[in-house]
Amino acid sequence: MANLSKQEWLALEQKAYDLRKLTLQTTMWAGSGHIGGGYSVLDLLTVLYHKYLNIKVEDPQWEDRDRFILSKGHAGIAYAPVLCDKGFNDPEMLKTFNLSGSKMGIHLDSNKVKGVDASTGSLGHGVSIAAGTALAARLMNKDYLTYVVTGDGELGEGSNWEGFMTINHYELSNCIVFIDRNHCMIDGPTEEVMKLEPVADKMRAFGFNTICVDGNNIGELCDAIDEAIARSKEKCAPTCILMDTQKGAGIKDIAGDYHCHYMAIDDDLFAKYSKELEEDFKARCDRANKEGK
Amino acid sequence: MAGGFVYNAIDQTEVATAEIYGKAISDIMQKDPRVCAITADLAKSTKLGDVLKTCPERVINVGIAEQDMFGVGAGMARAGMIPFISGFSAFTSMRACDQLHTDICYQNVNAKIIATHAGTSFGQAGSTHHAITDLAITRAMPNLTVIVPADGIETANAVNAAYENFGPYYIRINRGFDRVLYENMDYGFEVGKAVEIHEGTDITVIACGSCVFQAKQAAEFLENSDGLKVRVLNMHTIKPIDRDAIIKAVMDTRRIITVEDHSVIGGLGSAVAEVMAQAGKGCAFKMLGHQDKFAPIGLHEDIMSEVGIDANGIIAAVREVMKADFEEDDNWDDDV
Repeated sequence: MANLSKQEWLALEQKAYDLRKLTLQTTMWAGSGHIGGGYSVLDLLTVLYHKYLNIKVEDPQWEDRDRFILSKGHAGIAYAPVLCDKGFNDPEMLKTFNLSGSKMGIHLDSNKVKGVDASTGSLGHGVSIAAGTALAARLMNKDYLTYVVTGDGELGEGSNWEGFMTINHYELSNCIVFIDRNHCMIDGPTEEVMKLEPVADKMRAFGFNTICVDGNNIGELCDAIDEAIARSKEKCAPTCILMDTQKGAGIKDIAGDYHCHYMAIDDDLFAKYSKELEEDFKARCDRANKEGK
Repeated sequence: MAGGFVYNAIDQTEVATAEIYGKAISDIMQKDPRVCAITADLAKSTKLGDVLKTCPERVINVGIAEQDMFGVGAGMARAGMIPFISGFSAFTSMRACDQLHTDICYQNVNAKIIATHAGTSFGQAGSTHHAITDLAITRAMPNLTVIVPADGIETANAVNAAYENFGPYYIRINRGFDRVLYENMDYGFEVGKAVEIHEGTDITVIACGSCVFQAKQAAEFLENSDGLKVRVLNMHTIKPIDRDAIIKAVMDTRRIITVEDHSVIGGLGSAVAEVMAQAGKGCAFKMLGHQDKFAPIGLHEDIMSEVGIDANGIIAAVREVMKADFEEDDNWDDDV
């Protein structure tokens, strides 16, 4: 049983479903995209942008806003629909995603797309940038929070661990780290390409209060974020939310399969996947009704 | 006076160039709470001692982690602060190259990089600590202004200019003491504008960093011994390069030598050559610097002598280039 009310959970599921559909549509417009890693992290994007982030759509650069840094920048195919749906950018832009002359490339440019706090894409950069925005908040006596999400395969980049050390050393509990543990890399399962486990133990060894959740379960995610926010009020060990997720979560046909890292979507697949998303949405609503407060 | 902080020749005879940086940044940080200093276990080596006394809470030491240092700096800049990120040139340009490129330059954040131990100024440390490719790397990065001050006074001017202007700056300074070129800060320092420090019409030596003093010495010697009028330009800003000063030098003297404590591939010499080539006219031209070789180990002055970028090397090069033939062209003025 999660602390999230059934009503709020169902509303968030509806939003996540809408955003999955919009992401699928964007992938079809673009011809192809990183749909696997986009879907694994899409529930997190949904809850952050529709429950937690203190932001102003009409003032994207508001200096007291919460920061969100998508270190796994290739999930831009899911992030762009979130930002357009939220109102930061014209949804018509999604029709140009990945096309010549567009402001929206595969990896979103913070100087071109409103609402993006960091230009990512080269992996292993986001954690240190997040450490910087969190440190700045401390030095300038600001209350905003910084949220950053890295992929699990991305943890192979040593720079992440430099950033984790800084977040721990300066006790940046105002920086909440998410790891999208979808168990997949481009070339195969993470444990086959390069062993990652035990990830939770590693994060604990790096000084993080580490919470393990099902990252595609909105109720569990919200409970973990609530705990992290509660801890952020005081300077203390930072929180890492280790999200066990599925690459391609929401589409039964591809969920958990590393081959869905980057996919082309044609009319037939669009129709098929749309149907699967609808079925998944129904199952998720059943779960929300059962596990919500 | 830029920034309102004044340093003079006495300062730079008593403290090393990096220490003048340390004093300049300390002054700025006391005035502006947005400014912070970030280092990777080199607070002492990059002379942040004064700041550690005046504003210790705004000195961020990330340990030996240059990639993290640049990421943290980019994040702080994005949050409205003005980070001065200091580290050895070799590591700021190479270990953290991707972060410099993506986090700092691509995002065009208001961060300033103070790259110390430039060129072969930490000569005894060997090629791991020599920075003879950093100008080639940084010059190619969009949005980045690249400055190589010639001495401590110019370092103070560069730091103040970087503080006052938005955008990423890469300021490359030497380890230890530089030979004193300027007596005070009022000599007309302007980002992107070369400073003529010796007049001449026979040949122009375009230098940066530690080579500027050597070029000036060479010019003074050649005037007395050979009767040559050698123009010396202190090209402190490598990017944006002072195109007008280069073209004027080509037109006035038609013989150009560049000299830098850096590889001749991609640095000052290349920048000057690019300007000349695109102007449509060549001239007698020689690039002094590290000739696609890793430098030997040794004291800075010994390496400069070995590589031929000290006064003696410049004198020899001037005499050589003065003998060089080039195509005479009566319509020179019309073509340029």
